[in-house]
Amino acid sequence: MAEGILDASNLNGGQRLAVKYFTVAVVLFVAQIVFGLLAAQQYITPSFLFETLNFNVTRLIHIDAMIVWMLFGFLGSVYWLLEEESGSPVVGLRLGNLIFWVLTAAVTVVVLVFLFIQYGPGTWFTIWFINEGREYIEAPRWADIGIVIGLTVFFYNVVATFMRGRWTGIGRVLALDLIALGGLYVAGMFFTPDLTIDQFWWWWVIHLWVEATWEVLVGCIVAWGLMKTLGVRRSIVTTWLYIEVALMFGAGILGLGHHYFWIGTPEYWLWIGGFFSALEPIPLVAMVVHAVYDSGVHRLKSSNHPATAWFIAQAFGNFLGAGVWGFMQTLPQVNLYTHGTQWSASHGHLAFFGAYATINIAIFYLAVQQWRGNVWMGSDLPGSGWKWKWSLGLMNGGMLGMAVALLIAGYVESFLERAQMGSTWQAYFAAQTHPWFTSAMWWRQFFGVMMAVGMVLLVWDLATIGRHETRRAERPEPEATAGEPATA
Amino acid sequence: MAQNQAWWASERFWRAAAVLITGGMAVALIFLTIDTYPAMEPGGSKVPPYTVINKRIDYQYSDKAKHEVPVIGGEAPLFGKERSPAEAKAMVTKGKMIVQGRNCMDCHTLLGNGAYFAPDLTKSWLDPGWGSPRVRESMMVHFLENPPKYGRGYGSDRRMPDLGISKQEAHAIVAFLKWMSAIDTNGFPANFHSIRQ
Repeated sequence: MAEGILDASNLNGGQRLAVKYFTVAVVLFVAQIVFGLLAAQQYITPSFLFETLNFNVTRLIHIDAMIVWMLFGFLGSVYWLLEEESGSPVVGLRLGNLIFWVLTAAVTVVVLVFLFIQYGPGTWFTIWFINEGREYIEAPRWADIGIVIGLTVFFYNVVATFMRGRWTGIGRVLALDLIALGGLYVAGMFFTPDLTIDQFWWWWVIHLWVEATWEVLVGCIVAWGLMKTLGVRRSIVTTWLYIEVALMFGAGILGLGHHYFWIGTPEYWLWIGGFFSALEPIPLVAMVVHAVYDSGVHRLKSSNHPATAWFIAQAFGNFLGAGVWGFMQTLPQVNLYTHGTQWSASHGHLAFFGAYATINIAIFYLAVQQWRGNVWMGSDLPGSGWKWKWSLGLMNGGMLGMAVALLIAGYVESFLERAQMGSTWQAYFAAQTHPWFTSAMWWRQFFGVMMAVGMVLLVWDLATIGRHETRRAERPEPEATAGEPATA
Repeated sequence: MAQNQAWWASERFWRAAAVLITGGMAVALIFLTIDTYPAMEPGGSKVPPYTVINKRIDYQYSDKAKHEVPVIGGEAPLFGKERSPAEAKAMVTKGKMIVQGRNCMDCHTLLGNGAYFAPDLTKSWLDPGWGSPRVRESMMVHFLENPPKYGRGYGSDRRMPDLGISKQEAHAIVAFLKWMSAIDTNGFPANFHSIRQ
């Protein structure tokens, strides 16, 4: 086993595949931030890249790169933990590798088409091969089919591996969640002229992915990660995982109704969506309690400090971004004035970053540690670990600053455009040109640049942390157990 | 330790709770979807038939609903031509396909969903910015054919790019927008001031 250098012999089969997914995920993460900066600049100077890369292109790549990098991060994370958790080599690994290359090639083609062809006429050809034109799932239909095939192979890898090895609580939850993940995507793969029916099913994909199945997937990854980095007892993380599933699906499935307030559905969705989505922060509180409690019990003594810090950032970021920011505008009486304004952008930024970017970054650090031969990543890192600490601070601070700036912009829209001026186009532009709005957009860009600097440090740190390190990682101290393994 | 554990804190209890709650909620969602579907279909209680493009549409406060609702009036054929149900459906379908193909949703919002760089299109057919119903159709078509020239930024520098929209395509987009404005959106957008007609 080589120490201090990136050596594939330090990894098991699933982990070798995982680091490929992580590498593409980081590239797409960088693309997301670059195109986010471009789109943010277009709010400030609308002539910037006008009719070269219009806002709908920069924004499209900004949000789709995000979806794909996070998905790649999740796939990689599951491959990363699969062999350890199941006690068996990954079944069908060659097929899994093939699918990785197919998905990566497909993503590359889709991005190139988005960049250089951008849009097409209103024909089936456009929907199948250029742009489906539905936010978040703009990828053309051929790519949709590729994603479903890829998720099916992924599901086979996971289930067959657990079947050959041993089923754990995490494994069972993961397998059931992946059925929902793949199945729900199909709900968005059709065309109808009826916009209400279109958006009804579109939300099945977007909401039930982001506010239900992704959250549970992350719950599985965090559960495994807490065992790995802190040595938390398996029965504790598994019980917490079941609690989170019960609360997450209990609130999140009918919480879908908060997207059905204004799209042409019966009024009872105002009650159902309002009630259940108001409950959605509860499992996120549970996750915070879980992470903080376990970290406290172990006195923050962990085998990987950057990963642990990002795990804790995930707990708070998820609660704040998805929970608090979501709750602020989820009741229909408030949402009537915030729906379709920068409130949603503020919530979206903080929630996606807090819930999903953070967890992926935590796993990236675990991966780099093992890739370099399970080297030391506790305290006393060279330079006191300034790169990971500064990137953590800059990225979280930058994101929080962006979210607050967008929230201020959203308030201007709610009050001026919606409440006072009656939601006309003139009212819209009155809000967009208001000094409070325009200054908020400058602040958003300032904090966006701060985040980008943090991103540069993060990539630099991931590429260098543990290099030339000869100390072995400290094994987390397992809790006193009652006849069960502390870690997988 | 395990022997002293309360039943409500046990792994077994929460596993059963997770399965039952998830299953129960999924079943509830399926039943609600079945109940909601008829209202969402064209001609249902919330969504107009495609032939609404032959009618006059307004958006007025309802004392009964306590919010604004679409009001369908007398004959007002789009571009002066009465269309059969099949023709109207074909025209709205074409319009929506163009809206998707030009990726309008990554600048605008439709029913409040999309991006926030450009105005919401939900009630754009009824926007008072078109001046009067008499000139509205031709203004919309001119605007779509050449947005940088005919667009109005109301003091903003933001402009819509030229997306190569032909006259025929513009007609279909306008049909889609007119049909969309008649969807009963439970009062969204609130306090909207409709074009005088």
